[in-house]
Amino acid sequence: MADLVNLTINGVAIQAPAGTLLIDAAKKVGIEIPAFCYYEGYSLQAACRMCLVEVEKMPKLQTACTLPVGEGMVVRTESDPVVKARKTTLEFLLTNHPLDCPVCDKGGECELQDMVFRYGAGESRFTEMKHHVDEKQWSPVVFYDGPRCILCYRCVRVCNEGMGVGALGIVNRGVNSEIAPSHGDHLECDECGMCIDICPVGALTSGTYRYKTRPWEMKHVGTICTFCSNGCKTTLGVRDQQIVRGNNRDRSGINDEFLCVKGRYAFDFVESPERLTSPMMKVNGQLQEVSWAKALAAVAAKFSEVKGRGGKFGVVGSTKTTNEENFYLQKFVREGLGTNNIDHHRSGDLVTLIDALAGRENALASVGDVYNAKAALVIGTDLSQEHPLLAFQLRANYRHHNSNIYMVTKGPVREDAVAVAAVRAEAGQEIAALDQLREQLSKESELLVLFGGSVKGEAVRKLVAFADSLGIAKIKYICLVDYSNSRGALDMGLLPDLGPGYKPVDKAGLSLPQMMAATDLDVLWVVGANPLARYQLASKPFVVVQEMFLTETAKAADVVLPASNAYEKSGTVTNVTGEVQKLHVAGKTMGTKPDLEIIGLIAKEMKINAGVWSSNAVFEEIRKAVRGYNIPLPIIATGQAAQTSPLNGRVPVASAPELIQPAGNTLFTSGSLGRYSKKLTSVLEYPGQLYRP
Amino acid sequence: MTFSPQLEAKLEKLINSYPAGRRKSALIPMLMFTQDEVGSVTPELVNEVAKRIGIPPVQVDEVVTYYSMLHKKPMGKYHVQVCTNISCLLWDADKLYEHACHKLGLGHKEVSPDGLISLEEVECMGACSWAPAVQVNYDFHHHVTAEKFDEIIEALKKTKTQ
Amino acid sequence: MLFNPPSPLEIKVLTKRFGLPNSAHIDTYLANDGYQAFVKSLDMTQDAIIQEVKDSNLRGRGGAGFPTGMKWGFCPRNSPKPKYIVVNSDESEPGTCKDRVLIENDPHLLIEGVLIAAQAVGAKAGYIYVRGEYRYLIDILDKAIGEAYAKGYLGKNILGRGVDFDLYTHTGAGAYECGEESALLESLEGKRGQPRIRPPFPAVAGLYQCPTVLNNVETFAAVPSILQMGGKAWADLGVPKAGGTKLTCLTGHVNKTGVYELPLGFPVDKMINEVGGGMRSGKKMKAFIPGGSSCPVLTGDEAWPLTMDYDAMAKAGTMLGSGGVIIMDEDTDMVKAALRIMHFYQHESCGWCIPCREGTTWIKKLLTRLNNGIGTGKDIDLVGDLANNMLGRTFCPLGDAAALPTASIVKKFRHEFEAKIKSTMVAIPAAANNPFVVV
Ligand SMILES: Cc1cc2nc3c(=O)[nH]c(=O)nc-3n(C[C@H](O)[C@H](O)[C@H](O)COP(=O)(O)O)c2cc1C
Ligand code: SF4
Ligand code: FES
Repeated sequence: MADLVNLTINGVAIQAPAGTLLIDAAKKVGIEIPAFCYYEGYSLQAACRMCLVEVEKMPKLQTACTLPVGEGMVVRTESDPVVKARKTTLEFLLTNHPLDCPVCDKGGECELQDMVFRYGAGESRFTEMKHHVDEKQWSPVVFYDGPRCILCYRCVRVCNEGMGVGALGIVNRGVNSEIAPSHGDHLECDECGMCIDICPVGALTSGTYRYKTRPWEMKHVGTICTFCSNGCKTTLGVRDQQIVRGNNRDRSGINDEFLCVKGRYAFDFVESPERLTSPMMKVNGQLQEVSWAKALAAVAAKFSEVKGRGGKFGVVGSTKTTNEENFYLQKFVREGLGTNNIDHHRSGDLVTLIDALAGRENALASVGDVYNAKAALVIGTDLSQEHPLLAFQLRANYRHHNSNIYMVTKGPVREDAVAVAAVRAEAGQEIAALDQLREQLSKESELLVLFGGSVKGEAVRKLVAFADSLGIAKIKYICLVDYSNSRGALDMGLLPDLGPGYKPVDKAGLSLPQMMAATDLDVLWVVGANPLARYQLASKPFVVVQEMFLTETAKAADVVLPASNAYEKSGTVTNVTGEVQKLHVAGKTMGTKPDLEIIGLIAKEMKINAGVWSSNAVFEEIRKAVRGYNIPLPIIATGQAAQTSPLNGRVPVASAPELIQPAGNTLFTSGSLGRYSKKLTSVLEYPGQLYRP
Repeated sequence: MTFSPQLEAKLEKLINSYPAGRRKSALIPMLMFTQDEVGSVTPELVNEVAKRIGIPPVQVDEVVTYYSMLHKKPMGKYHVQVCTNISCLLWDADKLYEHACHKLGLGHKEVSPDGLISLEEVECMGACSWAPAVQVNYDFHHHVTAEKFDEIIEALKKTKTQ
Repeated sequence: MLFNPPSPLEIKVLTKRFGLPNSAHIDTYLANDGYQAFVKSLDMTQDAIIQEVKDSNLRGRGGAGFPTGMKWGFCPRNSPKPKYIVVNSDESEPGTCKDRVLIENDPHLLIEGVLIAAQAVGAKAGYIYVRGEYRYLIDILDKAIGEAYAKGYLGKNILGRGVDFDLYTHTGAGAYECGEESALLESLEGKRGQPRIRPPFPAVAGLYQCPTVLNNVETFAAVPSILQMGGKAWADLGVPKAGGTKLTCLTGHVNKTGVYELPLGFPVDKMINEVGGGMRSGKKMKAFIPGGSSCPVLTGDEAWPLTMDYDAMAKAGTMLGSGGVIIMDEDTDMVKAALRIMHFYQHESCGWCIPCREGTTWIKKLLTRLNNGIGTGKDIDLVGDLANNMLGRTFCPLGDAAALPTASIVKKFRHEFEAKIKSTMVAIPAAANNPFVVV
């Protein structure tokens, strides 16, 4: 631990570790030193001059954002010279800043407004003409209003340092300086919108949110993004049941302020006109809208009939439904329908990893480990495209801790830029390529291994053996999976051979391809998945589909039940690193129901008691039944993530690598959800080529 | 884009003036030298320089727009720069500049229709003791009077008819 | 080439070869004891070289006047990183044109100074950052550097003594801010000329974050004579605490404007009346700036009794600066002068920090109005107040450079602002119709 330094701020004696910046030391003891350009975690600028403070024995006011604490330092943050300096700096800043707060998106949550309110002068002495340039659109989602820009360079830094993209620059000089996009008049980038969120004023605004509402007219719902497995916390701004904004400006959750283009903008799939809002049944080969009562009765009747005669069910669960829904589904299927024919679309071979790591503790990493590990080995994934949060944390780790990063990928990836070594290997050849890194890796004291879906079956065991052979004391793994609750689907036992918590079942059921290939399937029940996009059905079962959209599978259904999505229900999801987080209801779509309720209603209709279908009740059951899920409730109740560890000894099932099929999503795609987001589509259709490493 | 062999040789030498991995250091001189030949920093030139140095074009743009001697629009073949900063001003450089405007029929950063001459009112250029000073491209003229200015201009115009 | 005849009152140490035929050529240089000091330095320890420079009381000639020997001493000589020498030849402080004559007439003097500095700190490479407007000096320097390589004074195994040093020229592209040392380094790294956060200072983390000795042209040019004469003797040329001679640029309203080498401590009246041949048309001196337009302005009466050295000028509330002396006679319009000075700093503000970017712009707007006679007494106060609000609060000293002359002109020549307002008052349309009038 760093040595402690004694100093006084405003007469209060404090201690802070040597090297701490004054601005942070003050914050720790509750003293705010105002700043625009200072932003924790990014490079220092000392450009805004708002943080000037008086330090005894120093001739001039000093920037608290760059000055490390010193022994015996006597600091004043509220003395007359300091107060005056702030006031006049704000006066300078406002000279060219348009006072269009009444129509500015940022009005009400603008750092400049707050700062002027708190530290500014009541009257203006500026009576000259303001400098003006027109607003510019840089992409479907990013707009820049130059005059509002206070040149704090946060956007430039977050793009360069945080994202590793570097799509923003500063052009012109002096009072004409402004921020400019990578390609003349438009952006070529991740379109992540990090720049918009980090902008303290209304200079950068978002194509989805601008001029839609005032911040105080929204309800702010903190929930979990549903697009990929990383599990970013997102705060949805909801007005009149409509989601108008997504961000994580409060820096809560595992993702700090990070969100990618999907998390920030693609929530509009929720209000797609193609959303199903009424149950449908096939009449004369045509799907027709029917009442919930009629649809449920038809499903229950069919299920009871097939169950009664010992017919064959095939059930496909979802990688996006909640843990509660997944648990409840498999329980109902196993106990109520009496079958183990249940599966889901698997994207990573976690099962083999768990078996290979049997007997170890703390061998599965959290997102926090990605930020803290001294060294990381990334295998078989384009992390920035497929796991944007993990990539963000990996870069932050490099930036803040100078960690050693090793890449083993098919082609060049963005992380190469921060890697100590990058090795190229075709999918399936990664493990063989590892030997090239052996020497370097064995010098590490600690290692985090992340591997994608191309590493499966025996390759996973070989990987673990390789890592073990390096002689590193502390090794942790992340088996990458693709969707928002892929991990929860595995943990909850949406598998034909494993029940919740990877406990083997007595008699294994059919896997997803086996169900599809079976010639005698009586019922195919699909809950939030689209298997027919990939497989053909060999038989002609009665098909029941719970869906948001008329997907390939829904089109082939006999009964379609309109489902709610993650932003419309409560429950928990488990991210790629096994961290459980709670969903919160942001809005509702008339006519739809959460899958948990739908399953419960089917059970009720069949007169089977599958238990209460409230997510809290089911979660209690999960805590008892699923190894590793006995997490402290207050953690998730307060919006934080609780890590689970399902390691529980050998998992005696045959490895089935052919069942692992990575989705290969990019930053701009996410299975069917992405397809139904107009914003995401508009970004994809945007003429500027999108950023590639 | 290709440049004259002389310029290519110069650029080659330039790039080699900096330590390995510090190619970006060549950016500003490279822009200056190539601008001299191309006439202005065109979008193609920005891309070419970005490519040669191995940086994204936006980083070139950041630099081009910062330095006042780099122009995105072509100036005249002869770029006439009149300093009106304080030491020159004390020798009536403001009047000389006004005279220049009238003589050339041009304003600040304007180019004559034939592209021969352009005019710019510039900041101190390091000729303060021999004020007022004028620079035509890189050539200095000291103690410039209205008459001397006219002579300079006439000489420039003659080069066109030659 | 000499642009003005020398003055008999000059003490020609740095400029002693000026006027010799072919003075820029290495043969001329060698024939006139060129590179002797460097040869001498090869037999000296690093500490001895630095001590000699310390003894000379040489203070940086770029404007800030920091003791050069001390600066070289800050350079960590046992650092594993390469060390660099960087010559600040950006010379863009209005009123200053001395580095230009030095390079034009005697480029090898600079090269020799750089070589000695390299010896002192163990640098293997150096860059001469020349402002873009001085293109012809780059040609002169490149030629001289070529000659020095050919004669074995640069390159590998210099003079067979096992010393390596490479020297390169580098052009700027028009930005005053690039004269500021950290902005210069940014520019040299191919970036916008924006200053860096300091500390660390260049001596510790300069070019490519490596230890770097960065000095003005004249500072380096002084070094060979220091080694040859001995630091003490060199110091004795000047006054206590500021040794040697200083190239002084006389500009403005004197008869014989020009660049002259005068010992530090030279009296102002002698400088103007004898070296400069007296005030132009025998007028009275109204205002005096000792070292470039960023220094606070003195009135003529304040300036006459002073001597040209660091301490005397500091005591009088201004700075010796870069040696760009600006002399203004009784007919000078001080409002216009203030505006022109602010116009420059506003144009050159890099835009990085708020007080400088916005302060220079606002003050320029106010001064434009006041110069046009549209304004009130309140505006005059506001100019002074805003200048003070910039002072000491900006990211780099450019903000101070803009504020200092402005504040001093407003304070010392307020009556001229008032007179201008009065003289045009009748011409102002009714206030209600004029958005620019503050009532
Ligand atoms: C805005 C600004 C402009 C400057 N311009 C120059 C310049 O043109 N030439 C120069 O030598 N020093 C200039 N300086 C001073 C340099 O920052 C630095 O102090 C100097 O080059 C150090 O060399 P010296 O110690 O030999 O004087 C400038 C400083 C500032 C703040
Ligand atoms: S756009 Fe916003 S974040 Fe970027 S410099 Fe301007 S004010 Fe700062
Ligand atoms: S926060 Fe320190 S200058 Fe901006």
